Amino acid sequence: MPLFGPEATFFAVLAPFAAAIVAPALTRAMGHNAAWPLALVPAAVFVFFAGLVPQVAGGESFTPGIAWAPAYGVSFSFFIDGLSTMFALLISGIGTFIILYAGGYLKGHAHQGRFFSFLFLFMGAMLGLVLGNDLLTLFVFWELTSITSFLLIGFDHLRAASRRAAIQALVITGGGGLSLLAGFLVIMSVTGEASMSQVLAGGDVLREHALYPLILLLVLGGAFTKSAQFPFHFWLPNAMEAPTPVSAFLHSATMVKAGVYLLMRMHPVLGDTALWTTILPVFGGATLIVGTLLAVRQTDLKLMLAYTTVASLGLLVMLTGTSWEKAIEGAALYLLAHSLFKGALFMVAGTIDHEAGTRDVTRLGGLRGAMPVTFVAACLAALSMSGLPPFVGFIAKEYLYAGIWGDGGIYYALTATAVIGNALMLVIAAAVALKPFLGAKVETPKHAHEGPLLLFAGPVALSLTGLATALLAHSTGVYLIQPVITSITGVQSTVDVHLVPGYVGAPLILSGLTVLLGIVLYLKLDALRAAMAGTLAAIGWGPDKGFDQAIAGLVRFSAAVTHRLQSGRMDIYMTLTFLVAAIALLAPPLLTGSWPAALEMPDFRFYEWGVLAIAAVGLIAVLTARTRLTAIVSLGIQGFAVALIFMLFGAPDLSFTQFMVETLSVVILALVMTRLNLQPRDHRPMGYRVVHGLIATALGVGFATLLIRVTQLTFDRSLSDFFEAYSRTIAHGRNIVNVILVDFRGFDTFGEIAVVMITGLCVLALIRVRPKRAAEGALDKASGDEALSKREEVQV
Amino acid sequence: MRTIIFRTIAPYLAALMVLFSIFVLLRGHNEPGGGFIGGLIAASAFAIYGIACGVAAVRRAITLHPMTISAWGLFIAGLSGLPSLFLAQPFMTSQWWYVHAFGVEIPLSTPLFFDIGVYLVVVGSISSIALALEERESD
Repeated sequence: MPLFGPEATFFAVLAPFAAAIVAPALTRAMGHNAAWPLALVPAAVFVFFAGLVPQVAGGESFTPGIAWAPAYGVSFSFFIDGLSTMFALLISGIGTFIILYAGGYLKGHAHQGRFFSFLFLFMGAMLGLVLGNDLLTLFVFWELTSITSFLLIGFDHLRAASRRAAIQALVITGGGGLSLLAGFLVIMSVTGEASMSQVLAGGDVLREHALYPLILLLVLGGAFTKSAQFPFHFWLPNAMEAPTPVSAFLHSATMVKAGVYLLMRMHPVLGDTALWTTILPVFGGATLIVGTLLAVRQTDLKLMLAYTTVASLGLLVMLTGTSWEKAIEGAALYLLAHSLFKGALFMVAGTIDHEAGTRDVTRLGGLRGAMPVTFVAACLAALSMSGLPPFVGFIAKEYLYAGIWGDGGIYYALTATAVIGNALMLVIAAAVALKPFLGAKVETPKHAHEGPLLLFAGPVALSLTGLATALLAHSTGVYLIQPVITSITGVQSTVDVHLVPGYVGAPLILSGLTVLLGIVLYLKLDALRAAMAGTLAAIGWGPDKGFDQAIAGLVRFSAAVTHRLQSGRMDIYMTLTFLVAAIALLAPPLLTGSWPAALEMPDFRFYEWGVLAIAAVGLIAVLTARTRLTAIVSLGIQGFAVALIFMLFGAPDLSFTQFMVETLSVVILALVMTRLNLQPRDHRPMGYRVVHGLIATALGVGFATLLIRVTQLTFDRSLSDFFEAYSRTIAHGRNIVNVILVDFRGFDTFGEIAVVMITGLCVLALIRVRPKRAAEGALDKASGDEALSKREEVQV
Repeated sequence: MRTIIFRTIAPYLAALMVLFSIFVLLRGHNEPGGGFIGGLIAASAFAIYGIACGVAAVRRAITLHPMTISAWGLFIAGLSGLPSLFLAQPFMTSQWWYVHAFGVEIPLSTPLFFDIGVYLVVVGSISSIALALEERESD
């Protein structure tokens, strides 16, 4: 595989995983300064993808990959086009500064190396997600981001709140992942294609298919949970329990955008239908408004930013949901702008927390003198977030207003939603960037001073990039935005991005309106916050609480089921098992009436009748036996008789095995009797005997019916013919049974002997536990498991 | 159970049974037999020896813990599937070698090693259960 060019993408995705392996050792050796060499990894990945930009901007796309499971048409392949390149650049570029930031933020932390590892694992998973071409590759990386984010959110695992947030994120995003998998599988069966590039080339196949609504809902199930759309938004703010580098990376630029990525990616084949342009704008718009309103209510800097992230994701979904090319231009620009300013602001919030000891906005103030660099970075990022010139956020806002403004009810609704959302966004931006720094100095838990280079490098770099991409608007448009729009719309498009609006029109006026509204609301922030707090208190219930209730209900339900099914009494287990088996055997003939035809009297020789008589005698002896030991041995008589029958009818292997199994069963059951000091006599009351007798009869009749029915069906010889033809020629064996066991179906046997061994271990463990618990119940349990293990052997 | 006749005969009987079990194991590819049935015979040999002469004697005789034998069996069975991978064939594709020794041709194959693995797993698992049950005192 070459080291340069699109073919080397494999190494670019692998690099973070490799870094994850060396990070702990490097951190042990170098302490927090390990961040510097480690940051070179994502930086190199960034340079690699930046090198692909000219080709991608020229309209090319690549699908390098290797076959993974060729039998199922699954390959491990990547799809590099405008959209995935943009995401890869964001992930690796922001990732570089996140690694540096983590070096400063967790300086001296006992598990800093582990933290680096988790970050790199996540970064690799995220790169794989946005680059994955094969649908299953994409899904695997999708779930990998859920799992690694679980590790990151729960990094501070000694705190209950962290654990709860981690589990919540995993359940919500992992559950959505399953929905996505189902969607992918339906897509694969509908289109017959397993890779994204092929599916995208399919045109209207999916949209015109009868299963389109199902596919869309399943894919949205994955995208909405991952991108925290209302009403699944609650896991994202809770995930703020994670250390700040995690919030800045996962919950601003990368993981939560995965859902948006998927929607944009699938837009050419799923978008622009009535269903799409209804569901997405409604949920996106609702998320935008709910997110910003909830953000206003917060006083914690990180939570304020988290809720605005929810809102921004809503905005992106809303814009993508319109399927209008102009709105999608706005979405592409906003995607870039949001990643830059939100990553920077999260890091600023973390730095304030780190240096001042609190991130409660009401307990912060006047830090501008102590933390000038952070203050400047915060202001630059906040200006972009507020959508003020000359930042990329401003351009994004201009284009998105231009995209959704028009004459008609739907346009007005979208524009009103966007204006209110953006105005509230400005309020939060100002609150985060100004409140902690301006005003009178407030006493903070720690004596505040400027953070080290590791801490302010990220915010400064990202906010300056927000400025640079705006000043170089034309290049940004040609190299980044235009290829992205081409990917989202599916047709080659040209877009001219300007910083200075070409005309004074609706977008500029709407921008002005947004800023005015924002400033007014900012001045009334305290009143607004109190009003929101009051409203939320009045409602009292939210999806977050609902999640707890659902989980608690699930735990209670499973406890009830387990309690009922796992009584711990062997006789109940066996009764249930036999009963269910009997029902399963007898229900089909009872319901369908497909009883076997009456048996003709077989033409047996006298010695064959003799063997049958021995079996019958054995059974009578079992029923009339006085002691359990006699019953066990009598059962052996019947078993031997069956073995003889096998022998007489030409199945020596089976007969052999039956002899041995019967012998060993009798020996082991007898040993169990003596070893566990079971009572020699059977003391079941009459009622039990009758019930157990009925179940036993039903099971016996059921099996007999099944076997008779099977023998009366026409025998399909295809397998027999195959084994007879090939057992000698291919597998060099005359004993077909053995050849099947060790060669043709050797893999099954491998599994079975593993089961034999595990059963042996379990029985051994049970026998050893026994002496400590002399209780009668434990005795029965051990002997019952013995019977279970015996059955297992017979199956083999 | 521990009559003098039984105790005298048990070691010879057990030795013969183990020998027979190996015979059954090796002929299995062409005649009735194989690893599973061979394993059961060997396990009953150990069980009989244990009943007659005590569990300690069996444990001394087989040196390894029966569960260790079982684990080795699983390991060997797994290994026997690997050689085909080096020949770019799917896992567990059987490989055959014909070795000439003492003037006879001896066919060796990966299924043979697989069957030996099955044998060891069955011997180990069943006899460890039997021996544990025979032991009066808990170990």
